[in-house]
Amino acid sequence: MKSHIWRPLYVVIGIVALILIARQFIVPKEFGVHERGYMYGWHNKADETFWKEFKVKYKSSEYCKDCHSDNYSSIKKTPHAIIQCENCHGPAIDHPENPAKLEINRSREQCLRCHLYLPYEQSDRSKIRGIDPEKHNAGIECAACHNPHNPNAGHKGHKHSHAEVK
Amino acid sequence: MITRRDFIKYSLQGIAVVSSASAAIEIINPSKLFASKNEKKVRWGFLVDTKKCVGCGLCVKACKKENEIPYDANVSRTWVERYVLLKDGRVVADAPKAARDGFITNKVELGHGKFEDVKKEDIEKAYFVPKLCNQCENPPCVQVCPVGATYQTEDGVVLVDRKWCIGCGYCIMACPYGVRFFHPSYGTAEKCNFCYHRITKGMKSACVEACPFGARQIGNINDPNDVVGKIIRSERVDILKDEFGTKPQVYYLGLSKEVR
Repeated sequence: MKSHIWRPLYVVIGIVALILIARQFIVPKEFGVHERGYMYGWHNKADETFWKEFKVKYKSSEYCKDCHSDNYSSIKKTPHAIIQCENCHGPAIDHPENPAKLEINRSREQCLRCHLYLPYEQSDRSKIRGIDPEKHNAGIECAACHNPHNPNAGHKGHKHSHAEVK
Repeated sequence: MITRRDFIKYSLQGIAVVSSASAAIEIINPSKLFASKNEKKVRWGFLVDTKKCVGCGLCVKACKKENEIPYDANVSRTWVERYVLLKDGRVVADAPKAARDGFITNKVELGHGKFEDVKKEDIEKAYFVPKLCNQCENPPCVQVCPVGATYQTEDGVVLVDRKWCIGCGYCIMACPYGVRFFHPSYGTAEKCNFCYHRITKGMKSACVEACPFGARQIGNINDPNDVVGKIIRSERVDILKDEFGTKPQVYYLGLSKEVR
């Protein structure tokens, strides 16, 4: 056969060979069909390790318990026992090394997440004691009067019990 | 000298012996049988109790920080929706900033900068619905990936390979639940993975840990003693968008027909 037919064919074969060789280097060794079959499991197995070794930041209240046993045990006796320390103090990460100090979220917005009254009967939200933030001491931090670690203690500096406040 | 009749006879016998022997091996492969009988594979499943959700959004906050999703970017792996059904028959729903800061106003966001100040007496019913990736048994997002960057692990969680993702966005379009988005920093597809780094270490997902009301739970639903598995098997649970045939593994208690 004439060489003008063979020549482009050699070029094509060369390109295909080059792609196959390059593929050997570029595609990771662990790339292939894994447990969930070709349709759902075609991937690089090594990436599963990446996700498994992702940094844990929220350590849960059990992590705080030993050093902050006073706060831990006192809040456990109140309705706020269900709230994790890290919900207001931020993720512990590697505290006390990193970060050395955790935040203290005293904002009204933090309390209003649950204690803004919403009349939603189909949700437990309506069963939580809530306020209208525009009428209830607007502009003052909730923690100025209420102790978030002991919300049932009533008002600081006041004698009346919490139940009297609407 | 072999006759034609004998040749045909022997070859048929030979084929019969070989095929029946190989068929027997196929049917009773002891190791395969043993493996399937003692199958105790982990399958992660999630349970959301919408009646317990108060819309505080602490789950969203924890999720964003745990999974390094830029806090002020308007994307999130999980979010909470508020549904308010009014007495005039209208349904208004919102999830401002994915409910990262909870729901701290009566006003329901309608979009385009408009709000509706809902009065108590106008409400027929109102509730919150947390949403996250359903880790479908038949994940359409995985099927459409042209490069094998998103995949399902043996325990049913769908992950995204950030090194391999080319950012084409097919998976974002394919997900019927809208749980996928582009990560603002990496430009690759991003989604909830039940906090794979936590559940594989025996911890709970960050949102489950953060929820004060127990509205979110996670467990190995193949484990007969698992709390979540027991509820899914024994109680009236619902899933989202059953008609898509994706077999979602996030189960809901107290779902209502308005939820999309």
